[in-house]
Amino acid sequence: MSSAVSALGGARYEGYVRVEEQGLRGMITLRGDLNSAKMKKAVLDVTGVKLPKQREILHEGDKAVAWMSPDELLVMVPYDAVSETLASLEKALKGNHFLAVIVSDARAVFCLSGDDVREIVAKLCPVDMAPTTFAPGQIRRTRMAQIAAAFWMTSEKQIEIVCFRSVAQYAFDLLKDAAEPRGEVGAFL
Amino acid sequence: MLILECPCCGVTGEETEFAGGGEAHLKRFGPGSSDDEFHTYLFAKENPKGVHFERWRHANGCGKWFLAARNTMTLEVYGTYSAQTYEPPQDIKDKISAKVPGWSWREFS
Ligand SMILES: [Zn+2]
Repeated sequence: MSSAVSALGGARYEGYVRVEEQGLRGMITLRGDLNSAKMKKAVLDVTGVKLPKQREILHEGDKAVAWMSPDELLVMVPYDAVSETLASLEKALKGNHFLAVIVSDARAVFCLSGDDVREIVAKLCPVDMAPTTFAPGQIRRTRMAQIAAAFWMTSEKQIEIVCFRSVAQYAFDLLKDAAEPRGEVGAFL
Repeated sequence: MLILECPCCGVTGEETEFAGGGEAHLKRFGPGSSDDEFHTYLFAKENPKGVHFERWRHANGCGKWFLAARNTMTLEVYGTYSAQTYEPPQDIKDKISAKVPGWSWREFS
């Protein structure tokens, strides 16, 4: 049996912000009626995380659930727990109209850490990163240069970004370029 | 630059986050319709200088379709609304009337 590896093998760049490709993360795309009591209960029972409201991401220990669209959630769990989580979700939602698919290996995850993380995202995405507009607890799906991406803040000094695995190198190069020393803008400090 | 608010996820984003999908409120003519109706449905599109209704998709976002009422000349957006509607909501029509008295677009005014 072959062992799974993340897209860039944990590539890392120390700029004025640290850019790090994260290891494998279990991810499930879950679609269905997010307003139904069944769905709320299933998500809470299986992951221990409450069903997030519009554009919210909720964490609980090593698990998280993010609101992706009015009928879609992204469930994140440790990589090894993903099959078990999927099975539990399927069992909990049996008989309902829903769709749950493992997407772990189709995604790449990056972590930015440092004082200036907001401006790295601001350089690449058409999103207002002012602290009054975007804060920890929110998720934003958008465009990062030429690719689709989603990001959230785990703290004021840390941002996680997820994109398609097939464009992981492109994403890393973008972030690396934006974090190049002497590229500081200081817009949000 | 065009700035749209997606009614599906509530994000206010700029044009490059969205993908235009052509004219809104099309009436579809398929099997059983006359050649004329089918031809008109396929090819006869509005191309106004001024008030216009369009379909947009939040392509780099929640992925949902929605409709937008906007002005092709000034790029002003009068409002965005659900794609599951047959005509523009009254409050958006009122807003347009306040800015462009006497406007009309297909059967709406
Ligand atoms: Zn949207």
